[in-house]
Amino acid sequence: MTPEQSLIAYVLRLGDNALVLGQRMLELVAAYPELEEELANANFALDYIGQARMFYSYAGELEGAGRSEDDFAYFRPEHEFKNLLLVEQPNGHFGDTIVRQLLFDVYYLALLKALTRCSDRRLAEIAARAEKEVRYHLRHCGQWLVRLGDGTEESHRKAQQSLDELWRFTGEMFAADPLDDTLLASFDGPDLGAIAAGWQKDVSAIVEEATLSIPQETHMASGGKQGKHTEHFGYLVAEMQSAPRTYPGATW
Amino acid sequence: MVEPAVNRDTILGWLADVPDPEIPVLTIMDLGIVRDVECGSGVVVSLAPTYSGCPATEVIESSVIAALQNRGIANVTVKRVLSPPWTTDWISDIGREKLREYGIAPPERGASKRALLQGKRHIPCPRCTSENTELVSEFGSTACKASYRCTDCLEPFEYFKCI
Repeated sequence: MTPEQSLIAYVLRLGDNALVLGQRMLELVAAYPELEEELANANFALDYIGQARMFYSYAGELEGAGRSEDDFAYFRPEHEFKNLLLVEQPNGHFGDTIVRQLLFDVYYLALLKALTRCSDRRLAEIAARAEKEVRYHLRHCGQWLVRLGDGTEESHRKAQQSLDELWRFTGEMFAADPLDDTLLASFDGPDLGAIAAGWQKDVSAIVEEATLSIPQETHMASGGKQGKHTEHFGYLVAEMQSAPRTYPGATW
Repeated sequence: MVEPAVNRDTILGWLADVPDPEIPVLTIMDLGIVRDVECGSGVVVSLAPTYSGCPATEVIESSVIAALQNRGIANVTVKRVLSPPWTTDWISDIGREKLREYGIAPPERGASKRALLQGKRHIPCPRCTSENTELVSEFGSTACKASYRCTDCLEPFEYFKCI
């Protein structure tokens, strides 16, 4: 793979993470028990979908084969999505949703921040736009984790359980593969080692404030970055793509 | 079609008539999203999107094209520019005053640095200017607004969040 081809694959992967997390959040639209969180969730989900559109459009331009953002989102099979396993995990209960968001956003914010300094100008610009939004999301889910962890006996127990169960999907974020290496070497991209260290520190601080504990070392699941997904993902893709695949070429 | 003689300032004047679809009291010039206008064989307008997922982005782009076409400019292109990213600091002073008159408290200045602080914000009531206000909901009728209430005049109001 040339560095240019790696860049396309890398930008697509960023789009996949944003799209899949956005799609998970959209599953919760009109399902929240109170209006404030309903609006927060819908607004945040829109940000991720918007970011996915920017990444996919750019990947399509770089590729130069005429593929649009919709082609990437709606007409690729499951194994061509290279998103992290973490973002495809089901919404579960509110604690699961918040913990998933927090673990990802701390990583994503650091990654975007590093990407604003990469040598590819357009990618740096998209990252700068997205960074402002993710910072705000993180503030929201961080406050919620503290409220849940430091809340009632039940909310504490459930939040700890969510943390324990989702923890095994966090290793994959920092396991550099050839794409990550090329971004670092050829485009001054993110250094995952440095991001991992910052993530540990930031997550530990929030978890501690939430009176929760960082889970014991555990086996880390991986495969998302290679297109090998957990069972949940097929259902997400099938639902997300059902309308465009049933009515190809349909427009609003 | 022959393009009428127009220059950058004329176009900017026309764009000052294009309202923001979600807060129509503001024009896109007040909002600070018009980054450049180039007049050549056609007109190219560079716009900065506000939020990545803002549903108004495409509406604004088509209103810009319509506004200029109605004035006889056939060849209009809208370009999206991401850099430097839009923040609420781009809203003009006139825009901030219009928001206040409309009953929406304008965003605090200081953009992203300010948004990081966890501390309590003091948002003055846009109706009675009292600083005794309380947050009702961090999320309001659109992505960019929060809901507040004034504990002196008791009026509920919206706050344009600082991003």
